[in-house]
Amino acid sequence: MAPVFFFICGIGAIGGAIGVVVLKHPLYSVLSLVFHLLCLAGLFLLLRAEFVAAAQVVVYAGAVMVLYVFVVAYVGGQAEPVGNAGGPGGPAVRALTLGVVTLLLIELLIATLGSGLSAIGEEGAPYTAGFGSPAKLGELFLTDFLLAFEVASFLLLIAAVGAVVLARRRGGVGDPDAEGRISVAQLLSPEGLGTMAESVSGRSGLKDEVR
Amino acid sequence: MAIGWYLGVSVIIFCIGLAGVLIRRNPLVILLCLELMLNAANLALIAFARMHGNMDGQVFAIVVMVVAACEVTVGLGMIVAIYRRRLPIDVDELKALNG
Repeated sequence: MAPVFFFICGIGAIGGAIGVVVLKHPLYSVLSLVFHLLCLAGLFLLLRAEFVAAAQVVVYAGAVMVLYVFVVAYVGGQAEPVGNAGGPGGPAVRALTLGVVTLLLIELLIATLGSGLSAIGEEGAPYTAGFGSPAKLGELFLTDFLLAFEVASFLLLIAAVGAVVLARRRGGVGDPDAEGRISVAQLLSPEGLGTMAESVSGRSGLKDEVR
Repeated sequence: MAIGWYLGVSVIIFCIGLAGVLIRRNPLVILLCLELMLNAANLALIAFARMHGNMDGQVFAIVVMVVAACEVTVGLGMIVAIYRRRLPIDVDELKALNG
């Protein structure tokens, strides 16, 4: 039964990965990646990593992919011709890329499968009770890998703050090119003259502009 | 199934992701292909954890997932910022830092 499940999940994972690269519209790429992640979670289950498989489905295929779908919907993903149509390089660069990737694939396959590790051809170490369970994983995180755990939480905090700072709306709803520029006339004229610009922008003068 | 099969799948997914990073021009899809490469590394880590009967590889895989989530949030924030500035969402057009 295990080989059948392995081949279903493996072919699904590889097919999903090809779909991410080949499909033109970003939304379809995201959906293809969700399929790929679900198949990969099946492979994790076969490797007796139950908690990682559950985290993969909930965190990756759930939360992170929802973030992607929101951004694609917001940005309005434009369909893009696969490969360089009109970009620098064109078909020559694409052929070179595919050649390099094929060479890397062959080299990595030789490096992993021909490495002479005797354990690679076996099923793995004998199964011990609790392998891959949340209890064992949590124990490892809170004893041996406590520093990695704390650093990861700090990294998540920094990433959240960074995303807010990056995607924040700067200034008002105006021409993004003009925003942040101050003309000489604004510096010379006293505040609250009641000019047209002040009434349109809803701001009373120089201090707000500078701020 | 032998561990070698899982490593083979991992290698193939990694190379597909690398091809996507090099070929595609939409930064959204490039981020997706980076996810593919990180997931391939995760699969290899978990396969080796199974091979040794040691759970350290699974801990490493979860940390990799955390790092991937951080990379996604920052990357998507940058894409939204690019969109707000009315710049083209195309890595070939965004070459102001090109030397």
